[in-house]
Amino acid sequence: MKRRSFVQASLALGTVGSLSMVGCATTAPLPSKAKVVVIGGGYGGATAAKYVRMLSNYQIDVVLVEPNDSFISCPISNLVIGGSKTMGDITTPYDNLKSKHGVIHARDRVTEIDRGKKTVTLAGGVTLGYDKLIVSPGVDMMWGSIEGLKDASASGQILQAWKAGPETAALRRQLEAMPDGGVYAIAVPLAPYRCPPGPYERASQVASYFKKAKPKSKVLILDANPDVTSKGPLFKKFWAENYAGMLEFRGNHKAIAVDAKTKTVKFETSDDVKADVLNVLPNMSAGLIAMQSGLANANGRWCNVNYQTFESTAAKDVHVIGDSVLAAPLMPKSGHMANSHGKVVAAAVVAQLSGMEVNPQPLLTNTCYSFVNDKLVVHVASVHQYVAEEKTFKTVAGSGGVSSAPNELEGIYAMNWAQNIWADTLL
Amino acid sequence: MRSTPFLAALLLLGSYAGSATAATPQDTVKLHQRALAATCANCHGTEGRTTEGSAIPSLAGMPREYMVAQMKAFREGTRPATVMHQLTKGLTDQQIETVSTYFSTLKR
Repeated sequence: MKRRSFVQASLALGTVGSLSMVGCATTAPLPSKAKVVVIGGGYGGATAAKYVRMLSNYQIDVVLVEPNDSFISCPISNLVIGGSKTMGDITTPYDNLKSKHGVIHARDRVTEIDRGKKTVTLAGGVTLGYDKLIVSPGVDMMWGSIEGLKDASASGQILQAWKAGPETAALRRQLEAMPDGGVYAIAVPLAPYRCPPGPYERASQVASYFKKAKPKSKVLILDANPDVTSKGPLFKKFWAENYAGMLEFRGNHKAIAVDAKTKTVKFETSDDVKADVLNVLPNMSAGLIAMQSGLANANGRWCNVNYQTFESTAAKDVHVIGDSVLAAPLMPKSGHMANSHGKVVAAAVVAQLSGMEVNPQPLLTNTCYSFVNDKLVVHVASVHQYVAEEKTFKTVAGSGGVSSAPNELEGIYAMNWAQNIWADTLL
Repeated sequence: MRSTPFLAALLLLGSYAGSATAATPQDTVKLHQRALAATCANCHGTEGRTTEGSAIPSLAGMPREYMVAQMKAFREGTRPATVMHQLTKGLTDQQIETVSTYFSTLKR
């Protein structure tokens, strides 16, 4: 497979490279304007960039602004924290978007969007014009929601690891360094936040690790929500049967402050909790550039969009996708959902730029797998149909659902899902 | 196999570069069809081609009638599944036929 990819990449460079600056975007100067500029190379933005190219039969030029040279996946990153996968397993370079799809990758950050002039300014100083802007900046941590957390996070003492990357590896190291008999505590913010089942999968992964390596240790879930937010009955049954006495769930625990020195979390109404490894998640909002650009016009926190096209209700020709969007009913903030957004926005933008009718009935799907140990998996799936009369996506009655019980077959499918969605987003 | 889009792109560059407004009604139908089929790609691979060694099957080149029948069997519960019985319940007959037609036209 590796050899074939290499041959394909070489072929692609040979045929297309001479026509444009494909293949050397990091060294070649950026164009002064592109028909489509995409901000953020996550599940949403990378998919949108690739699919604008594909669905336009490679007619529409796309610049993807993303500072990193590789994509690191949040899905499966909890298995790195649990110790059954490595950082390498969840990392995919962006090269193929260039070599196979002709996406120009600007390794930079956008510092300003000028909606009037239809330009973005990059941190490196370059100004880039667009006809259509697709903004996919993920989530930002609302540090102010928990006193002391910003500094504790910056010093590396209390991590989030809610954007996969160096913090994922750092949290793993903290767990490895923790003595047997220690306590790991994860504080969960009020919904909505990125990846509803993520905290419970992570707690399960840590418990799975402790059970093998540090059996006297404890896992605490300190949840601002009253109950487990996603796949609740499945998680709770598995915990009771497999992690009894080790993993404890405490609802209605809204964290309001941390003390990094004493490793303590303070809550709105409950007693303080001390832990050896603290993993405290604050409230989350739309990504920084969306917040700074006036796109977060839903309570100043999320972005309202016209769901048929994902065009911002605050700015013409600016489309927002992924976790930053104010979710339609029952629409999760997940990688799979962001990938689905990426395709709907790509088709809409291609239609608009090509004088075609926009799809009147876009469809979104979501399948989200959670590992309860290193092999067994549960899923939640849903289908979301755009309903023109109500101008929103609604789950189709009777569709969707969860696993009947954790099972190994879905463990295999979950890893295949990951390989395929990484390829669909990036290769 | 994967270089096909590039050949197509090169041909198209010659024919309608710079005439983006000259889309035909067939182009629109094709775009919407591809966008609907793309909802399968998250698990079944871009253009229905999964990564090597995937237990999730590729859809590219699957015979149309076979795929329609499997999707309906998932939906009716006559073919057991982990996820597909829940996803197919969210699709209309027409959506099933559209994606099945599309994937049947693609090379494996």
